[in-house]
Amino acid sequence: MAILKVPVNAQDHTLGSLHAPRVLVGYCDYQCPDCGDSYPLIKELIAKHEHSLLFVFRNFPKQEKHPMALPAALAAEAAARQSKFWEMHDIIYENQDELSIENLLVFATEIGLNIQQFAADWKSQELLTKIEKDFDGGLRSGVSETPTFFVNGHQFDEFDGSYESLSYAISM
Amino acid sequence: MILQKDSPAPEFNLYSTPDQRLKLGDFKGQRVILAFYPADWSPICSDELNLFNETLKLFTAKNAVLLGISVDSKWSHLAFAQSRKFHFPLLSDFEPKGEVSRQYGVYNDVDGESKRAIFLIDEHGIIQWSYLSPDGINPGAEGILAALDDMDKAKK
Repeated sequence: MAILKVPVNAQDHTLGSLHAPRVLVGYCDYQCPDCGDSYPLIKELIAKHEHSLLFVFRNFPKQEKHPMALPAALAAEAAARQSKFWEMHDIIYENQDELSIENLLVFATEIGLNIQQFAADWKSQELLTKIEKDFDGGLRSGVSETPTFFVNGHQFDEFDGSYESLSYAISM
Repeated sequence: MILQKDSPAPEFNLYSTPDQRLKLGDFKGQRVILAFYPADWSPICSDELNLFNETLKLFTAKNAVLLGISVDSKWSHLAFAQSRKFHFPLLSDFEPKGEVSRQYGVYNDVDGESKRAIFLIDEHGIIQWSYLSPDGINPGAEGILAALDDMDKAKK
């Protein structure tokens, strides 16, 4: 079974308790429909287990298959510079069917970002490099499809699209 | 038996488009990732090649070119590559059918297809890593990237 090659670190986006006994790492693509379907399930899981679960989001944009995946990932990383990563992450998944450059700018306004700074950060090489590093780390951990999850460093294959299967991440 | 590390990679000369052939010798000085797969259009082959297509930048950074190869015709390859937006060549091991696959030890006589296998060939035409994957499993890019890293380490 595949092992997570890049340990959770300070560059990661996390939700939940940093001291949680369970760490769920998800490699996701903002335009991937299966990731869109798992988004509310992950949210529900975190809400129910906020003290015992740490969720870590990592980028795995399939740029050829999903042309808006990278612009969306860059938008979320740019929002992180204004401490609004999760706000952007959520609004993207909640409007996944309408992803476009124009709409990403609309989202940025809606979540209250400083647009000038956002526009500059969105194009930064540094953010692109960060996303590519996530992708590279995912490949090296054996990720080929999204979403791919790891629980406490081991690939978690039980998820079949249902909340129940995702919740094994807590109980197993 | 699939060819192993330190074997010279057998030369080939196969159609990559309806009017262009590619030889292994064309890539002297570069590393070649030769990815044999059973069939154009099949779901797992598509997943595997899609992933490799997304990984090209990382391969290029390691001075490696990717070549897909199956027994499908050059016309099937053309349509498949266009439909999936692949940015790497697909070689047609079509006539005599499967000859190159046999030389590399990865021909499936029962189904008349190539097996799912990957060879990493160095700048001098020597196989540095080979991997035979179960037909039903997408091997991912992990093994290739690790093997490329090992080649860099061995150089130093």
